[in-house]
Amino acid sequence: MTQTDNLARDEDILKAAEDWARAGRGVALATVMQTWGSAPRPVGANLVIDGDGNFLGSVSGGCVEGAVVTEAMEVIASGKPRMLEFGVADEAAWKVGLSCGGTIRVYVEKVG
Amino acid sequence: MRLDVLTALNAERAARRAAILVTVIEGGAQRLVTGAGIEADPLKAVLRKRLHSAKSGMEETPEGRVFLTVHVPPPRMVITGAVHISQALVPIARIAGYDVTIIDPRTAFATPERFPDVSLFAEWPETVLPKLSIDHYTAFVALTHDPKIDDYALVQALRSGCFYVGALGSTKTHARRVERLRAQGVSDAAIARIHAPIGLDIGAVSPAEIAVAVMAEITAALRRPEAVL
Repeated sequence: MTQTDNLARDEDILKAAEDWARAGRGVALATVMQTWGSAPRPVGANLVIDGDGNFLGSVSGGCVEGAVVTEAMEVIASGKPRMLEFGVADEAAWKVGLSCGGTIRVYVEKVG
Repeated sequence: MRLDVLTALNAERAARRAAILVTVIEGGAQRLVTGAGIEADPLKAVLRKRLHSAKSGMEETPEGRVFLTVHVPPPRMVITGAVHISQALVPIARIAGYDVTIIDPRTAFATPERFPDVSLFAEWPETVLPKLSIDHYTAFVALTHDPKIDDYALVQALRSGCFYVGALGSTKTHARRVERLRAQGVSDAAIARIHAPIGLDIGAVSPAEIAVAVMAEITAALRRPEAVL
């Protein structure tokens, strides 16, 4: 299958999310829901984040992970999911390093 | 995501069964639809389409905007026959994303020199197949021409519900195969699922061309299972 599929052969992010939540850690899951232009990671790609800022997986190949982790902390605290958008038109996106010319929409939700 | 939903999703993935996570963007409501449960879901048409393409994505539905996270197990290909066509088929299948296993009890054929870096068993299918637990997301390809090697494996592939079952051999060879399988109690409906002569009809001549025809036929079976080829 192609890179656009959700392959279990990648590091198993969803299993990690389950294990972390069972271990009593605060956990958030980030999912790439939409992409435009040359986004480095396909729709469906996941990043799992815990309450201490540890993370596994990737939603942008490194461009915006830092910002997503910060937002994930707030999602873990509030329990409310949120949709984040990063794009070249957005100055914040430049700051976090999405200079690759794409726009991505990332959904961040609490696990548990 | 609720932990019980995530746990159920991981259980489906571990069992190599397809599942789709439905997330309603407005409000964040979620449900897990298993492959077997699609027909009972209100969004069955769009879920079916997504399942076949194996692509996650956003959809506008009567429930509002929903994101569908599609989980489909990585496909496998099991081949009986460490033959010339297999040598061409292995790299093609690999590039297309398949985990490939070759079974051939003839030790002169099944050598690592002829098949480097592939899961290779120089044993009888009777010994190997039970260990592989072949399933729906497995394509089975019989390439030996030899009933002693192919027949048992074909029956097992049909019983296991492999999404593709193909067998090399001319129309005449296949007619004899059909008689043998019938004698073993395999139903006509099951026998009709065997693609034989194998591969799309593209006039393939060389082993490499036949491998291309087989890979194309398998792709169609995976992505357009409703089409009769």
